[in-house]
Amino acid sequence: MQEKTVEIAVGLLIIVGVVALLMLAIKVSGLSPHLKKPGYHVTASFETIGNLKRRSAVTIAGVKVGEVSNIKLDPKTYMADVTMAINPDINDIPTDTSASILTAGLLGANYISLTPGFDDTYLTNNSTIEQTNPALILENLIGQLVYSLTNDKKDE
Amino acid sequence: MFTYLQQLGQSGLTYCQKVGRSGVFLIDTLFRWPKLRQMLPLLVQEIYAVGVLSLVIIVVSGLFIGMVVALQGHNILNKFGAEQELGQMVALSVVRELGPVVTALLFAGRAGSSLTAEIGLMKATEQLDSMAMIGVDPLWRIVYPRFWAGFISMPLLALIFSAVAILGGYIVGVQWLGVDSGAFWTNMQSAVDFRIDVLNGLIKSVVFGFVVTWIALYQGYDTVPTAEGISRATTRTVVYSSLAILGLDFVLTAVMVGGW
Repeated sequence: MQEKTVEIAVGLLIIVGVVALLMLAIKVSGLSPHLKKPGYHVTASFETIGNLKRRSAVTIAGVKVGEVSNIKLDPKTYMADVTMAINPDINDIPTDTSASILTAGLLGANYISLTPGFDDTYLTNNSTIEQTNPALILENLIGQLVYSLTNDKKDE
Repeated sequence: MFTYLQQLGQSGLTYCQKVGRSGVFLIDTLFRWPKLRQMLPLLVQEIYAVGVLSLVIIVVSGLFIGMVVALQGHNILNKFGAEQELGQMVALSVVRELGPVVTALLFAGRAGSSLTAEIGLMKATEQLDSMAMIGVDPLWRIVYPRFWAGFISMPLLALIFSAVAILGGYIVGVQWLGVDSGAFWTNMQSAVDFRIDVLNGLIKSVVFGFVVTWIALYQGYDTVPTAEGISRATTRTVVYSSLAILGLDFVLTAVMVGGW
């Protein structure tokens, strides 16, 4: 009888441990099978990517459709080549779509926003997005602002 | 002058000898044919002693650590108007760092010390020797199941600790301080990655479980067989385990930090 209680308790420990792992997997890290499907890859070259990182979100109209899978520097053009993995169910993005790097809030993380175009042909695996807008660097903006303000004063 | 040099050399040699002996002890214990049918009842018994009986302290401290992280975090994040990020902060600090480390420290104090004292007392009362005398290998009968029990229990306890701590953070953050429940979970889910955060935390707890159990069993097996020797060995288990946990934690984090 004693033996049985011990075995039941150990069984419970293992079950609770596995449940905790499942909770960490599903509830905390948001791991669900259909989100992790390997999507198709699309590249875009940006002048500057700011603070964009791997795993940053790729959105259309604010809805997440994929994530940044790789970032590397093109040694010839000195542009940043960003590879995005797009969910396979979003397979009708026009080829003349433009990609811009935006910031979530003033201090938030960078993400890529895709603005769909009007073409009848669609992006497929390994295709390239031609129109890109680089990330806005806050320091440069402030620099330009200060510069234009001082110039205005000289004119008066 | 030469006496100091001699003492230094002597202590160095003793140290190397001890490290070597603990390594031999580990290899002797681990590399043997697992006789599963005979081992299983012993293993269950030991998992009960090491794992199930540690459950209360793990759950209670997990709950309170999650609650206190949420409280502290809310206080600071509030200054930046970023209290929506509370879930992310609680989950990342618990899953990556506090879960494995605090569980391992508690495990060393609760289970490691009892393993050392148990085996040390068996040695002091010559139970291990009598066992060897009647032809039962004490490494196989006593040490082997305890080693696997610690190795299996520790990751399970760390997982339970993390889950309970996040629930504690949820209770304080959402129920008490009024952070939006949806923002709490979605920010957490977008920030925590299963492979990078949860699995790396699990790897940490596996390593800590291995090291703590190894230290505890070796200290017990290597006790000077007196009452004082047992008390010293128990103290050494807790001290060495805690130092090893914190040191290894830094090394492991430094290796893993590249993926973040």
